[in-house]
Amino acid sequence: MSDPHNNADELFPASSRRTFLKQSSLLTALALTPDAMVKAAEKGLDETIAATIEKMSLSVTINGVKQSLKIEPRVTLLDLLREQLQLTGTKKGCDHGQCGACTVHVDGHRVNACLTLALTTEGRNITTIEGLENGAQLHPMQEAFIEHDGFQCGYCTPGQIMSAICCIREGHANTPEEIREYMSGNICRCGAYSHIVDAIVDVKQKGVKV
Amino acid sequence: MNQFSYVRVTTPASAVAALAKDKAAMFLAGGTNLVDLMKSGVTQPQRLIDINQLPLTQIEKTNTGLRIGALAKNTAVAEHALVTEHFPLLSLALKAGASPQLRNMATVGGNMMQRTRCHYFYDIALPCNKRKPGSGCGAIGGFNRMHAIFGTSEQCIAVHPSDMCIALTALDATVTVTGPKGERKIPFGDFHRLPGNTPDKDNNLQKGELITWVDIPFNKTNHTHYLKVRDRASYAFALVSVGVTMEINDNKIVDARIAMGGVAHKPWRLKEVEAMLKGQPATEDTFSKAATLAMKDAKSFGGNDFKLTLAPNTIVETLKIAAGLA
Repeated sequence: MSDPHNNADELFPASSRRTFLKQSSLLTALALTPDAMVKAAEKGLDETIAATIEKMSLSVTINGVKQSLKIEPRVTLLDLLREQLQLTGTKKGCDHGQCGACTVHVDGHRVNACLTLALTTEGRNITTIEGLENGAQLHPMQEAFIEHDGFQCGYCTPGQIMSAICCIREGHANTPEEIREYMSGNICRCGAYSHIVDAIVDVKQKGVKV
Repeated sequence: MNQFSYVRVTTPASAVAALAKDKAAMFLAGGTNLVDLMKSGVTQPQRLIDINQLPLTQIEKTNTGLRIGALAKNTAVAEHALVTEHFPLLSLALKAGASPQLRNMATVGGNMMQRTRCHYFYDIALPCNKRKPGSGCGAIGGFNRMHAIFGTSEQCIAVHPSDMCIALTALDATVTVTGPKGERKIPFGDFHRLPGNTPDKDNNLQKGELITWVDIPFNKTNHTHYLKVRDRASYAFALVSVGVTMEINDNKIVDARIAMGGVAHKPWRLKEVEAMLKGQPATEDTFSKAATLAMKDAKSFGGNDFKLTLAPNTIVETLKIAAGLA
């Protein structure tokens, strides 16, 4: 396995390893293995080096739009949506799968985007909160949250709405007790729970398509 | 999260081959525990082998029971008609775990492989013999409210957090794995380990092995309950949980299977209690005797002394509910 430091000495005897690596076009010529590049990046080198880390292709449909992307393997779906695609409706609450603020739909199923590595969504259909509205028309669940005052600060709300839609689709919204159990993956620090349940009960009772 | 390289495989053979090629690689399935561990800096694989496309999602009848693929999602298993009909304990246990979102992502194999949530294990600044052998156990003499009361060692008092595994233990499932040396079968009760002197080893998988499916044999039990006691009504790990399934005829217990969660490094099967219950009347008195027997070797560590009372109470309550007495 070639060592970037030794190569620097060999080709550019006067330069530091940092300077050498900044000349990123040379890296390809040296044919470092991905793992060696990974190790080089690990040693706290600056952001420009990060750009030379092997990015992988990802083809995924988000809110009906097919995207062809290039991302590092460690990018989570949550960070992809927010940082790269500027779809900031999905929120980062805990980033550890414990709060549900990052809930999105993958192939119609609710998941936590923070624990989903984006590369695992290859070929899938992703729906975020931004994908719910139909032109100027809100989704029935969004309307119900407004009507029933189902939020205060609004931070957990996109995740709550995405989760609530699936709660009904899954057939788990038959009673308030069942709703509370099947919405337990979404935490609300403001305590809007009772109104959230009201909103879901309302949408379920109306029988509208979610 | 550390940088890592990533590859997708589509067959068990290519998965095993990919792992054999690279000692610092790990399988990635649902990722609900592995990605979390990587974010916390606890686990740092250099390569992830994405096994999500493996054709191992089956939930089907065999001649002797049900076969469930290692990549079947927790939700799919919990709600499958074959599971709710033949093994309601498995369905109840799965539904008691995590959240709907996590259950949609998590797989059967991943649920088995998940690691303890001991906060000393998770915090890389703190001593943990599991994460870093020889560094000490912060929980012993520390904050150990969630920790074990059975099967502990001087090196580790962590608990296995899974609910599904409690059910599979009680149901005498068998795990099939494949590796560089071929296929083998592991009785579920032998899959997970006690800490002993090697708390870093959670289970008896050998290097390079992949879990492929779980077989559960049919049984005649028809009185079932899973009771999970926790700090809040849902979406929290067990302080104590009990899974019970019994065959009761003329109010006499013909067959009983009991396993406990939240109390040991592996699902805690109560074989002695099961033997004791055979032939006994299904009454609260019998159940109380069972609970006392179960607690025989229990040991607490200060923060979890309450489990010495909570555990037997939970055993009695679960047996009563399963028997239709409560």
